[in-house]
Amino acid sequence: MEFAELIKTPRVDGVDLHRPFMPTVEGTLCLTGHHLILSSRQDNTEELWLLHANIDSIEKRFVGSLGTIIVKCKDLRVIQLDIPGMEECLNIASSIEALSTLDSVSLMYPFFYRPLFEVIEDGWQLFVPEEAFKDLESMTDEWRLSEVNKDFSVCPSYPSLLTVPKDIDDESLCKAASFRHGGRFPVLSYYHKKNGMVMMRAAQPLTGTNGRRCKEDEKLINATLCAGKRGYIIDTRTIAVAQQAKARGGGFEQEANYPQWRRIHKAIERSNVLQDSLIKLVEACNDQSHSMDRWLSKLEASNWQSNVKEILTTACLAAQCIDREGASVLVHGTEGTDSTLQVTSLAQIILDPACRTIRGFEVLIEREWLQAGHPFQQRCAQSAYSNGKPRSEAPVFLLFLDCVWQILRQFPCSFQFNENLLIMFFEHAYASQFGTFLGNCVAERVKLQLSQKTVSLWSWVNRPQELERFLNPLYEPNNLVIWPSVAPQSLLLWEGVFLRWNRSTKCLDEACQEMVHIIEYNKELQNKVNSLRRQLAQLETEESPLQTP
Amino acid sequence: MEHIRMPKVENVWLVDRSSSRRTQVGTLYLTATHTIFVGKGSEDRNELWVLHSLVCNVVKHKASQSGYPLLIHCKNFQVIQFIFPQESDCHDVYISLSRLSRPEKYEELYCFSFNPNVGKAEREHSWDFLDLKAEYSQMGLPNKLWHVSPINREYRVCDTYPADLFVPKSVTLPVIVGSSKFRSRGRFPTLSYYCKENHATICRSSQPLSGFSARCLEDEQMLQAIMKSNPESRFMYVVDTRPKLNAMANRAAGKGYENEDNYCNIKFQFIGIENIHVMRNSQQKLIEVSALRSPSMGEFLTGLENSDWLRHIKSIMEAGLFISKAVAEEGVSVLVHCSDGWDRTAQVCSVASVLLDPYYRTLKGLMVLFEKDWVSFGHRFSHRCGHLIGEAKEVSPVIDQFLECIWQLMEQFPCAFEYNEKFLISIHNHIYSCHYGNFICNSQKERKDLILCIIKEKTHSIWPHLWENKLDFMNPLFKPDQSQNQGLLRPSTAPYCFKYWRRLYNRFDRELHPRQSELDSLMTVKEETQQLEEELALYEQKMAVLDKEHAKTLYMQKGVLDSKQALWSLPLDTSLANTPQDYISGFIGGAPNVFTLQQGERESSGVADFSSHSSGEESLPSEESVKDPDSDETAM
Repeated sequence: MEFAELIKTPRVDGVDLHRPFMPTVEGTLCLTGHHLILSSRQDNTEELWLLHANIDSIEKRFVGSLGTIIVKCKDLRVIQLDIPGMEECLNIASSIEALSTLDSVSLMYPFFYRPLFEVIEDGWQLFVPEEAFKDLESMTDEWRLSEVNKDFSVCPSYPSLLTVPKDIDDESLCKAASFRHGGRFPVLSYYHKKNGMVMMRAAQPLTGTNGRRCKEDEKLINATLCAGKRGYIIDTRTIAVAQQAKARGGGFEQEANYPQWRRIHKAIERSNVLQDSLIKLVEACNDQSHSMDRWLSKLEASNWQSNVKEILTTACLAAQCIDREGASVLVHGTEGTDSTLQVTSLAQIILDPACRTIRGFEVLIEREWLQAGHPFQQRCAQSAYSNGKPRSEAPVFLLFLDCVWQILRQFPCSFQFNENLLIMFFEHAYASQFGTFLGNCVAERVKLQLSQKTVSLWSWVNRPQELERFLNPLYEPNNLVIWPSVAPQSLLLWEGVFLRWNRSTKCLDEACQEMVHIIEYNKELQNKVNSLRRQLAQLETEESPLQTP
Repeated sequence: MEHIRMPKVENVWLVDRSSSRRTQVGTLYLTATHTIFVGKGSEDRNELWVLHSLVCNVVKHKASQSGYPLLIHCKNFQVIQFIFPQESDCHDVYISLSRLSRPEKYEELYCFSFNPNVGKAEREHSWDFLDLKAEYSQMGLPNKLWHVSPINREYRVCDTYPADLFVPKSVTLPVIVGSSKFRSRGRFPTLSYYCKENHATICRSSQPLSGFSARCLEDEQMLQAIMKSNPESRFMYVVDTRPKLNAMANRAAGKGYENEDNYCNIKFQFIGIENIHVMRNSQQKLIEVSALRSPSMGEFLTGLENSDWLRHIKSIMEAGLFISKAVAEEGVSVLVHCSDGWDRTAQVCSVASVLLDPYYRTLKGLMVLFEKDWVSFGHRFSHRCGHLIGEAKEVSPVIDQFLECIWQLMEQFPCAFEYNEKFLISIHNHIYSCHYGNFICNSQKERKDLILCIIKEKTHSIWPHLWENKLDFMNPLFKPDQSQNQGLLRPSTAPYCFKYWRRLYNRFDRELHPRQSELDSLMTVKEETQQLEEELALYEQKMAVLDKEHAKTLYMQKGVLDSKQALWSLPLDTSLANTPQDYISGFIGGAPNVFTLQQGERESSGVADFSSHSSGEESLPSEESVKDPDSDETAM
């Protein structure tokens, strides 16, 4: 196997592993094709198994012949390995560097991983567009499932099946596609059962500087409006950015051509800005200076919380247009694969109680992120510690998860899952043994044959023994729309991710356990009381004939 | 009352600061004790009651189209805006309130007119709810090394100290007197906390009058005696909680700090907590930030940083941690002082006590701590809280900072405290409201002589009132036996561990808080669990009786009975969750092509089924409207 060439020293003894808030472990370091393993060979000490793919960057230092490698991971953890012997240390470092930056997707761990559990329910079948369409059909007959993108030629980043207005034929779809960035013509994202309003998503229209128009595109989106009704177009960019896009062939919908639509511009940052924000935030969280001023000013300068606020506000606006204004909405930014998906998926969490269940949330990620063509492979190639020049990395998905966490904090009883599920998705989006987040779009995944060659994350998560960890003990289904506060006072730093490795969580974990205990004890009593109550009732009814002869 | 120029004004607008749509019209009444606004809506009688003693300041704003605005800022951080149709009405209310909210005499305070339906005996009894003597004996005092000195019985040695003080048995009266003469305002070193396990103590005093070179043998003996009363230890810490620069400046005025060369075996330490004036300005800035209407994230965080508030909280916490570690880990006694020894010293001693001793993390224990370290040791409540008209420069949020330190600890140790956040906020409210007599005056002596016992005769004590309502103040996650509640709490003092206390500073901005409360849900579950336990016991009793009578029958049926069980359900109040927020205001303005959503509130079909609790927008269900022990003064 070609990995062997990259591993110059497969094994070093006497290595010290330092992790924050954990005792130092001394043991043997082993490198395999996909893992960095440190084992003390003692029964009660935890071993370290680290996926190479999880390594964001490394630093090496030498004091005499003792080498130190600082490993910075994509899940934001920082660990330190003290390796005796300069040559060993250099070899290990260069092997880790090579193994953690493999270019070929097919060399990634998911292609080699064999599950130790039995796959009961194949996660690759979690979301089937045909079945979802059946549900839609039971509510409305205005839509159809189009196969126009069967071979991914109309829009390479879309899936093969798309839900579009019934009255628009495939030919018009092709024309509309040619008028939208990357061929991403407007498609259905969400149908609001309560009032029949819809949310569509697309990429920017290619109006260019001379104001091109496309009758089919206009017709397509107008077909989603009821007679005499208006809709809203939410452009996730500021008007200035949208204007500038014209020079590069992009643009926005002109009022004259879309008279039934009102456009609202918001200011969600582009992906490269978000990456910078993440790097600054993580740097602030790791700052050792212990100074309050420095912490707050760095936190502010990172702009992370501003980004959270802006994304959440835009999602609330979309949800508000649909639920409160009773209007349909079209959401787009530039490519329609980043901020657009943040907004459409968050709006659904606000509007649709189903998305707040574990399965519903998984389906949402599958539908609105994976199938909708968010380029996970590109965006999650590197995380906050990357020191190379950024290509297309960006924490778009992490920001989405952060926003979900904010809503979860404000509605702690309305979600079936807890924070752990969100953190787990963050980890797996950046490095995983499962194939779910590989590739950038459905077309790539089909080509990689992921569903045949790798295991789906959902196959693992949805097993009852795993699910238990992700259940929110306070959950009580809430069928209503939930409106979060987006005021700065209400938005918190997501400590579970950003301070996860910088503090001991013992006390907080104990609190979670106590919460579970309180609720389980209540359930137990409830059961006991009910059963006794019934026993008594039964006994009493049986006694009565005896007593009254 | 003579100060009320205008007892009643009609057609006044009460502006909801979060949403102009919720503004309502009604009648404003001024009474001797409250400002009362009664909304006009006939169905839900919407009333707002504001105690005059809670009013911090009253400001007239420039007339607008709708009328003459009057802004009332309260000490519990409520901000109320009225708009009057007539300028003269606005002015009259302004003048009346300005006077009513600044009483000149203690007798004008609300606690002297507050008259709940409670008998005389019960009222007097309320003052015996806490017994400091018993509390000290709980602590293990007096013992063979420490005893109560009678020296201050008449408040002659130190008029700001309590009558009963613990000092080492080995010090003689002349030593105490000598030491007191060498300390600002006679506040000589005396015991605040005694650690039963290792005999280490926290003592407190004011600064020594050392100037550049003065020394005092008695004071040195006093410290020596304190050190020796901890037989195991070789030295003691002397902690000056002031920044070094401030302490040095004090030397020029003949005050200052201990010279390590003059005292045997002391380790001297500065901890830079800023003075009351810095803290006052800091909180003022923080309040401005908290009251910003729809600020950007940048404005909020910059404001928070510029206020320096969290930096100050951090320094107090660090001081408390230093002292508690010295006591618990090193077994070394500590003498704490600042300038006068009633602000920073009180904060730091009580924070250290909370860290050291699980008792102070219980409801009763915290009450004791307030009575002991604050009330009895002469924290100048009247000055710091501005109960009476007087020096604005004496006002300072010293007590707020102590409460906030506890809150910050609760965030880090969710299972370590018997009480919850509401308890802290309730205490905060009562300290400022003058509803009860506990926090009146500046010292025990003042309380005793100035108004000659009328406090105990005419006012009520807060503690039994809070105790009666303790169900509301319990932390459902409290586990006395859990690891985090054993021994010393070791909080992290990394800057990111200190958070903005939204529940206090935005207490009245309901839309900013989580729509579902973890705390309330868990409290409901716990309450239900308790009922179930009772029910279960009852059924088991019944069963036992039946069992005896029909043992046979039962035996035969056992197998069948357990087969099916009804599902349980949580009685969580999900309706709380679904009060839609006003997003619209935030969206207006901006880019030229922006289309503004319609301002008018259209009840979309979605709103109709928004729960039974909240009818429309006006009545947001909240903790106050459910069951609030403070309800008699906030909202009825």
